[in-house]
Amino acid sequence: MDASGLPVERSHTPYLIGLGLAVILTAIPFALAATGALPRETTLIVIAVFAAIQILVHLRFFLHIGFTTTPKENLVALAFAALLICIMLGGSFWIMFDLYHRMMV
Amino acid sequence: MTAGASTMADTGGALISPEKYEEKAFGFWIYLMSDAVIFALLFATYVVMLGNTAGGPTGKELFSLERAAGETALLLASSATFGFAAVAMARNERSRVVLWLLVTLGLGAGFLFLEFGEFAGMIAQGAGPQRSGFLSAFFTLVGTHGLHVSIGSLCIVVMIGQVLFKGLTAPVASRLARLGLFWHFLDIIWVAIFSVVYLPGVL
Repeated sequence: MDASGLPVERSHTPYLIGLGLAVILTAIPFALAATGALPRETTLIVIAVFAAIQILVHLRFFLHIGFTTTPKENLVALAFAALLICIMLGGSFWIMFDLYHRMMV
Repeated sequence: MTAGASTMADTGGALISPEKYEEKAFGFWIYLMSDAVIFALLFATYVVMLGNTAGGPTGKELFSLERAAGETALLLASSATFGFAAVAMARNERSRVVLWLLVTLGLGAGFLFLEFGEFAGMIAQGAGPQRSGFLSAFFTLVGTHGLHVSIGSLCIVVMIGQVLFKGLTAPVASRLARLGLFWHFLDIIWVAIFSVVYLPGVL
């Protein structure tokens, strides 16, 4: 912490690690989408998994979120936002695709 | 080292206690979380509207993987260069802060150039937001992200001015740290955009 109230990073290392991991995690899904090497369903799952991992990498190495270093209230806000997002995405898809299904039949 | 770099403590910081900056950082974090909720709903809308092309063009016909890859590369690189600016700020290297912010600004402008080119091309071929529900949702989602990047770029210009004219004071450092959170947050949203919009779109 410094006067800005945020953890201060004095080393380039986390940003370089984050950039390296992010490039790998981006390049693989783009390559799969460009070549179509895997079946469509498998490709979609790989894209989703890599996106989830890449978001965690960004949170860790660019936003410096850590279970011990980040203030507890920030982590609680992050967890609450994640919960809200899950409820709203899950609820929207459940209702809307159920509606599509019923209107098609 | 840098000429004329002032230390963080000698100006500007005397009136406001460190707790105030922590409060501001927490408040900004709450804003980012609510912004994430807004984007999540725009993503939900986009996925629900995917099939509603109203006989118009689909993502497969409209999206260019090369352009999306270029936009991704620029934004990813800009996240790292903003990080380097933050490191220079922590090390009290004024001219490096300005240099890395300028590089970040250039990368952000490159991203916006590609994105506006994409939007203009789509509108020119009759695939504007009014064409179908799918395209309305696409322009709302990707356009909202583009608007955020535009505002972020404007803030980088302001911060370059503040670093040049006010120096590396505590308030300036605190603002730059919050702008950094904003910029890295936008990169996370872009990861979701290419994973939800462009990659599945071209499959």
